[in-house]
Amino acid sequence: MNLIALFAATLVTVTPLLYATIGEILCERAGVLNLGIEGTMYAGAFVGFAITAATGSIGVGLLAAVVAGALAGLLMGLLTVSLGVNQHVAGIGTTLLLIGLSEFVNRLRFGGGTLTQVPKMDLLFPGVPFLEMYALTLVAFAVVAPLTWWVLRSTGAGLRLRAVGENPEAADAAGINVSRTRYAALVVGGALMAVGGAFLTLAVLGTFTLNITNGRGWVAIALVIFARWRIGPAVLGGLLFAVIDAGQLQLAIMPAFAHVPRELLIALPYLVVIAALALAGEGLRYPGAYLKPYRRI
Amino acid sequence: MSFARHFTRRAALSLLAGATAVALAACGGNTGSPEPAASTPSGTGSSAAAAKVKVFGAFATPIEEPWDGVIHQALQKLATEGVIDYKHADNIGYDGGMERTLREIATTDKPDIIIGDAFGNEAPVRAVAKDFPDIAFAFGSGEAEVAPNFSVFDNWIHDPAYLAGMLAGGTTRSNTVGVVGGMPVPEVNRIINAFIAGAQSTNPKVVVKVAFINSWFDPAKAKQAALAQVAAGADVLFAERAGVIEAAKEKGLLSIGCMGDQKSTAPESVMASVTWTMEPTVRAVIAAVQKKSFAASNLKDYSFMKNGGSALTDLNTAVKGGIPADLIAKIDAKKAELTSGAFTTPVDEKTPAGSVGGM
Repeated sequence: MNLIALFAATLVTVTPLLYATIGEILCERAGVLNLGIEGTMYAGAFVGFAITAATGSIGVGLLAAVVAGALAGLLMGLLTVSLGVNQHVAGIGTTLLLIGLSEFVNRLRFGGGTLTQVPKMDLLFPGVPFLEMYALTLVAFAVVAPLTWWVLRSTGAGLRLRAVGENPEAADAAGINVSRTRYAALVVGGALMAVGGAFLTLAVLGTFTLNITNGRGWVAIALVIFARWRIGPAVLGGLLFAVIDAGQLQLAIMPAFAHVPRELLIALPYLVVIAALALAGEGLRYPGAYLKPYRRI
Repeated sequence: MSFARHFTRRAALSLLAGATAVALAACGGNTGSPEPAASTPSGTGSSAAAAKVKVFGAFATPIEEPWDGVIHQALQKLATEGVIDYKHADNIGYDGGMERTLREIATTDKPDIIIGDAFGNEAPVRAVAKDFPDIAFAFGSGEAEVAPNFSVFDNWIHDPAYLAGMLAGGTTRSNTVGVVGGMPVPEVNRIINAFIAGAQSTNPKVVVKVAFINSWFDPAKAKQAALAQVAAGADVLFAERAGVIEAAKEKGLLSIGCMGDQKSTAPESVMASVTWTMEPTVRAVIAAVQKKSFAASNLKDYSFMKNGGSALTDLNTAVKGGIPADLIAKIDAKKAELTSGAFTTPVDEKTPAGSVGGM
């Protein structure tokens, strides 16, 4: 087992999950289950790629992905906050719409045999063991995770967000604008999810292919519950999943493990997360206003 | 006041629902030809084509997916040549859409031939074929043909995969080669096993690392699997799935593509690609229908290398480190034997182990 490669692979696997999971935590702590996550990641991956292809600039592409994610968050806000639609239906609808739309535009714009290549991000510290990583990975660990943790815990904005997610009536009575807070959470959360998706096209592959997110959004949904809506455990849970996922790829090709059924090894990361959920799931407490639209009576 | 607010909410909701439905209809089901019964790809108008054979393509996946893409490209080519009148529907899915689409096409559009991909839709496709004996059906399938009108084909690209294996075995310096496959099903296994046999023929000491990503399309995962093989010492990678060449490119290693010619992805890394073309298969079906001699058969031979259905693209000697001349000669000789029939690639559909050889 090659530990340096394992570490590098873990960082690549965990990065999209981190952005998506932190984005989802923001939404859910404000009381909105955002099942648009898979579609938002997909749209972020596609828009980031398409705009990079058009402009030749990864920075502009990433910015466009952020805007796309924010718009996806606005759409979720329109549906679940302003219109009070069932959050499951709104989320799955948003995911279907964004995936369909991305594939449709992809066909119009890039249809045809060969994949279009765009410039992709370089690794920081290439070849240096344990330091070789993409800038977005570093930003996720050094900026996004600590910042959201601090904002949620210690700032007025974080307190308002949590209040709106726990007890919107009381928050409203205290003068907090429930709709605006939820919109803000969805917009910022959506932007983070889109960055997670754009990481796949702009850092890992340098191209866009159908089914690029391949269920990573749903893994993030499970990680949020696993982490009980807290940032620290979410980072740890993501790392746990990623290290086992990266490890099984190495194990499966070792002569000693060559004849272990592949299905078992492929299922391993999911089995561990399910087991961890079962163990940690006792006394699970959802945010008070989870799934509930808020209307003044 | 409350009435007005509720009214606007309801109006906005129905508007939004309507817009979503329209958008989904446009990008889901039949992308590329939104109304299968009515649309005709440009350049294939039926007025001037009384004698042309009418062909309909029915695909469960989007045509960007390589497997169905190969079928679509062959049909598209024949349509451009003016041989056939071609329409298609793709992204039909696996939840009942296939049977509905086929029945509708068979009753309203009445094509002479329906070509497509029955993997995951075996029962519905066969049921429709039975009810429309006058239409020739040719479908990608893992099961047998059904008389009188249901023919099957599959991507039998084990011949070029064997040559690709020879290439990998002859160019590896670490005697370790990596293969990343989709799922361990017979169609994929026989490609990988042929590759392994080829690698062993040019390098008896070779160790082949085999990974499956349990998905037909997850390039990010495929890249990770390839990087794990590189960590285990592999210095030549065979990209049965998309994403592997990215890893080879990043690590400055040699690679071999699959399905399409992938040289343009990384000209310094891709030595050759294993390609599949449906043209011979499709031409055979059309010729049979024109002669009114179509009968249910297994069309797999048309995918064989000797019939032009699969190939190893020209070797790219401009890759880093080049390709030894004696290896090129060996591969050319084997290619000639395959074409003449002097050599037959062994067919082995068992799941390969994660690490083969070198024990």
